[in-house]
Amino acid sequence: MADEYKPPALPAPFNNTRPAPELLTQGAEAHLYKTVSLDPSIPAALKVRPSKPYRHPILDRRLTRQRIIQEARCLSKLVREGVSVPAVLALDWEGQGGDEAGWGGAWLMMEWINGPVVRVVLEQWEAWMKKNASSLDAAQLEQENSRVRDLLRRIGKTLGGLHKAGVVHGDLTTSNLMLRLPTEGTESETSPTGVSMQGEVVLIDFGLASQSAQDEDRAVDLYVLERAIGSTHPRSEPFMEELVHGYRESHRGAVSTLKRLEDVRMRGRKRSMIG
Amino acid sequence: MIAIGMEGSANKIGVGIMSHPKDGSPPQVLANIRHTYVSPPGEGFLPKDTARHHRAWVVNLVKRALKEAKVSVEDVDCICFTQGPGMGAPLQAVAIAARMLSLLWGKALVGVNHCVGHIEMGRLITGATNPVVLYVSGGNTQVIAYSSQRYRIFGETLDIAVGNCLDRFARTLHISNDPAPGYNIEQLAKQGKQLVDLPYVVKGMDVSFSGILAAIDGLAAAYGLGGSEKAREDAQASGKVQDPDNKPTRADLCFSLQETVYSMLVEITERAMAHVGSKQVLIVGGVGSNERLQEMMGIMARDRGGSVYATDERFCIDNGIMIAQAGMLAYQTGFRTPLKESSCTQRFRTDEVFVKWRED
Repeated sequence: MADEYKPPALPAPFNNTRPAPELLTQGAEAHLYKTVSLDPSIPAALKVRPSKPYRHPILDRRLTRQRIIQEARCLSKLVREGVSVPAVLALDWEGQGGDEAGWGGAWLMMEWINGPVVRVVLEQWEAWMKKNASSLDAAQLEQENSRVRDLLRRIGKTLGGLHKAGVVHGDLTTSNLMLRLPTEGTESETSPTGVSMQGEVVLIDFGLASQSAQDEDRAVDLYVLERAIGSTHPRSEPFMEELVHGYRESHRGAVSTLKRLEDVRMRGRKRSMIG
Repeated sequence: MIAIGMEGSANKIGVGIMSHPKDGSPPQVLANIRHTYVSPPGEGFLPKDTARHHRAWVVNLVKRALKEAKVSVEDVDCICFTQGPGMGAPLQAVAIAARMLSLLWGKALVGVNHCVGHIEMGRLITGATNPVVLYVSGGNTQVIAYSSQRYRIFGETLDIAVGNCLDRFARTLHISNDPAPGYNIEQLAKQGKQLVDLPYVVKGMDVSFSGILAAIDGLAAAYGLGGSEKAREDAQASGKVQDPDNKPTRADLCFSLQETVYSMLVEITERAMAHVGSKQVLIVGGVGSNERLQEMMGIMARDRGGSVYATDERFCIDNGIMIAQAGMLAYQTGFRTPLKESSCTQRFRTDEVFVKWRED
């Protein structure tokens, strides 16, 4: 099979920084590194969009540049509006230092968010529940379910804030939601599962975000998340109502967006037309 | 055990015979016969004409398949047929034939979802165990991943299928439909050099092609590249048309269209791979036989430390054995389609099928 994987070379100046940025994840579009900003004690997230060799070079540059600028614009707008997203520290859409041609893709440096990704939280919770749910009594079961309901409600509320600020995310999945760990001193909740669901919900990865206040775009945003939860967290899916609930309470435009969501759901292509 | 598979959801009618040996050794393809209804350049295939074509060929194909497979009717265990999704009239034409054979020979009837047929055939031929599947054809565009006994759709087209977009552009340019419009676009695109700007429409995990088609149709009209006359001129010059003003040529448009839509497909596939953490990609469906798409997907998979699995036109393009293969898997778990429930449907989602034969 394939040789051991080597990530593409980093664009300047990160090919020369010490300590070298540490690769955290390879997303679909970008590589996420942990590095430092200004001072070795300040951690920062570095998102590199390497050039995609499968794409035609002209198309590749056009898309990469468009997306990184778009992402930075959305993030800085959201920071101004008080939505919890990582702040932008620096960027370059014409990153140099690639393998041959010098074009190494684009990069964006952001504030470091300390905490887990919601996907992992729900996966751990579901895995534990799958194995041990039968050992819980009714009250415990109810408590566990209500923790998930609470989390989904908080997510809905955060999404409401996002949409209210005039931005749609464009790629909402549970991988793009994080929980910022509470600062020390806060009392932590106890659960037999050992999975904490505390912390402020932070939205990340605005690579496909755009500025829009249309119900259609907002509803599609919610629909994408709904389907992502359905396909990756089957056990949490029944609690989707809570997310909708949290969203509804978040801002005034929510009601008409949710009405539109019903239409969007119906539109899913080739859905059975019976009943 | 031996199954006959009958496929006719679009302009191809296929009959295939598949054997699953009792000793558990790998399944074998005994016969794989197909006949395609080809419409003239500039036209698509209409349901009623396609259905007529299927009716005219079905008996011939079944007879030839049995002969080629060297099996007699007594050896056959079940008749599998495409129950959907697809074009109504052609689906019905083949379903009637399947019902008739089932009653005539007293064999069990198994209705198969066309998309699941593609996936199962792809898995069998390539040996990919649990891949992210890109299913691209003239009627469907879906990114699929398996999870707890369903093939779940991660992303799909919001309007027309990618193959439909290519086919319809081929009509605009009056490119031949023989053997397939997409194939001829691919050949023409090899001479293209200049990339024209087209919309690039990825919405989350989903894609949309209708706007791209409108845009490129508009460009073809603006540069006067559409129509049968231009097609003839181009054929005479054997593609060496180089406009002095650097205006895009027909080949450039085909090239740009391919580069744009395939980039979109690779992008959503990569996103699905990242999301489910899979390193295998399987490409199925007629558009999957496009070599540029396979190449792009290969580069993407390599950069993720994975690999791409693709099949050639015998298995990629609609065929009967894929229906036999998926049908047989269901049949072995005890699945039957009673005559009363054997009507076909144009809308039959991939995720409606309960995949009883996989346990992972």
